[in-house]
Amino acid sequence: MTTLAPPVATGRAATGGGGGAVKGATVTWMTLPALAIFAVFALLPLLGVLLLSFTTWTGLGAIQPSGLTSWRAVLSDPGLPHALWITFKIMIFTWVIQTPLSILLGVFMAGHQRYREFLAALFFIPLLLSSAAIAVAYKALLDPNFGLGPGLHLAFLTQDWLGNGTLAFWAVMFIVSWQYIPFHSLIYQGAVRQIPKSMYEAAMLDGAGRIRQFFSLTLPQLRYTIITSSTLMIVGALTFFDLIFVLTAGGPADATRNLALDMYIRGFQGNQMGLASAIATILVVIGLALALLLRRLGGSGSQLEGA
Amino acid sequence: MDPKTTSRRSLLGVALGAPLAGAALAACGSSGPTQTGAGGGNAGGGGGGGGSGAATYWFLSGQPQQAVREDTVKRFNSANSGNQIASTEFQNDAYKTKIKTALGAGQGPTVIWGWGGGTLREYVKNNQVVDLTDWFSSNADQKSRRFPASFQAATVNGKIYALPAETVTPILFYWNKKVLDKIGVSAIPQDWNGIMQYVDKANSKGVAPFSLGGQSRWTNMMWLEFLLDRIGGSQVFQNVFDGKANAWSDPAVTDMLTKVQDLVKANGFIKGFSSITADSNADQAVFYTGKAGAVLHGAWIYGNLKTAGGDLVTGGHLEYSNFPKVSSSDKGDPSDTVGNPGQYYSINAKSPSNQQDIAKKFFGSTVLDDAEVQKWISTGSVPLIKGSDSKFPSGPDGDFLKFVYDVSSKAKSFAQSWDQALSPTQAETLLDNIAKLFQLSITPEQWIANMNKAIGS
Repeated sequence: MTTLAPPVATGRAATGGGGGAVKGATVTWMTLPALAIFAVFALLPLLGVLLLSFTTWTGLGAIQPSGLTSWRAVLSDPGLPHALWITFKIMIFTWVIQTPLSILLGVFMAGHQRYREFLAALFFIPLLLSSAAIAVAYKALLDPNFGLGPGLHLAFLTQDWLGNGTLAFWAVMFIVSWQYIPFHSLIYQGAVRQIPKSMYEAAMLDGAGRIRQFFSLTLPQLRYTIITSSTLMIVGALTFFDLIFVLTAGGPADATRNLALDMYIRGFQGNQMGLASAIATILVVIGLALALLLRRLGGSGSQLEGA
Repeated sequence: MDPKTTSRRSLLGVALGAPLAGAALAACGSSGPTQTGAGGGNAGGGGGGGGSGAATYWFLSGQPQQAVREDTVKRFNSANSGNQIASTEFQNDAYKTKIKTALGAGQGPTVIWGWGGGTLREYVKNNQVVDLTDWFSSNADQKSRRFPASFQAATVNGKIYALPAETVTPILFYWNKKVLDKIGVSAIPQDWNGIMQYVDKANSKGVAPFSLGGQSRWTNMMWLEFLLDRIGGSQVFQNVFDGKANAWSDPAVTDMLTKVQDLVKANGFIKGFSSITADSNADQAVFYTGKAGAVLHGAWIYGNLKTAGGDLVTGGHLEYSNFPKVSSSDKGDPSDTVGNPGQYYSINAKSPSNQQDIAKKFFGSTVLDDAEVQKWISTGSVPLIKGSDSKFPSGPDGDFLKFVYDVSSKAKSFAQSWDQALSPTQAETLLDNIAKLFQLSITPEQWIANMNKAIGS
């Protein structure tokens, strides 16, 4: 879907231009194939979505231009602030839950001990599974009648996990974390391994303990990695779709219906492509704004480890 | 900034973006349809209507219906070596999206499998399907052998745009007599008060009164359809269907909504019903494993109850009934039923004429011929062919088929399910509000206001 293009768009457009300016035309032409693909598969559909948002279209038959009708309908619908709020909540908690855990796991896995490497391999298992498979598996495990809780006769696991609005939201947050923490840990593992050993030796000579080393040396050195990982998490959380769609279909009622699901349901189930396109446009704008903001936060200084 | 950094960064950008984009694309993709039929006769991967040669036919997967559909296509193909049909199978929810997108893009199949009603009206409005009125006048026997009630959902503005096919499936109450015995209920409820008393009794014995696949939403809708028809008569929904302003403001609607919320509040449905889906048959499993005493469901589940339900059917523990009256002040007729008066096959108006001819030949020669009628009966369904009851076997299966045949043919009104009768846009609003109603997150008044706003959309 086009709405996921922004992170790629900003990254590539900005850096591609910079590289070309320095090295001249000899390198610039090499970006042409990528640019062409990007234009055809990201920019054109994006433009199409923007145009569609000013029309009324059922997905069948003719597209009727209708000015601001779709926008008015979307912006006056109480479903939009609700979906925005759910999206925002997912984004915040994705970051709050995953970032500390990923950093800790990443630091842990950066060690070269045998048992750590063995555990690291286990941690990566969720990365091998598709979101749909994860959703189907968890749906079965959390089933209130045939799931893990009733199967093992464990009362605390026998909850209405996906049928109660609050529980369903946290179940989604848990599963998303389970799925993506390994990925971000992997990024942090690589970053931690790049921190020069000499810095730790210097810190030890200065009498810094393990905890002091972590907060005064490791964390500051991970600054840019944190920003990269956060950008991925936050922009990715904006468009969570497959897992939630299979797991709860946005339910119960609309407790887990984020913007991406709202867009899909209105467009493909409700046949209101104009409304869905307006929501898609809102998603694109929010995604771009967030990506830009995070780049700003990152600053433009070069990383010590990469110099 | 040196180029080395640049290339690494842009590479990272691509690498990081790729999984996200990939995930998003995967979400939009179809769930792997299986293509079978005319042995690759139609090489077009999309199976679209663009190429000539074999006609294409898309239908729903899921047993036992899938096997009957496959068999009919196979028999047609072996009897007509020059005219082949290539079929592609889809899962229910995936199909609804896929067929719409494909038709919109001019890539639809020759034969469109559907539910008639609101979706068919939308196809007609956009000139997507062939008018079959003339075909039915020149093949009069094809019209006269089908249930007259099955043509209502195939007719738009007085013209017939679909072939009523397959089976008639009203919605029924299924009761597990083993559970009823256990909780001391000797007779099934005869009115709404009886239902509420049954709910209390079942709950006091630790059994869920009713199973419900609430995540699928149309399952919840079946309760409303019957309540409204019994309380207010069939005219109330007809007003909505006709697009009359504020048609949902009828007092019978408030009564229906209040009664359903009372039932939810009294724990009438199994715990966790909002996360149970009907597509996976999990709601049936709750019923046949005895966790719930009853379920309101389509006649199409009988086959699965028999094969998956242990000794429920074979041991004679299954009882079924039409939805009872609500009270003595009902305006509706207690013989009324709702459900699917049939399945509907249409011909894609954009497919080449030779493919349309193959489809018409298929309709006239093989669809619902004696062999297919027999197959449907053996799966425990009633084909929408008059007199098919003469072929029903004796024994419990025959009794069930006879019951369904009588409910369908004797109903004063056989209403099509709301979500299929209404336009897809209005149906989505309806299902959304029904889910919220059952979640108790909106009041009956809010429900009526939301639905009145959607009338005519």
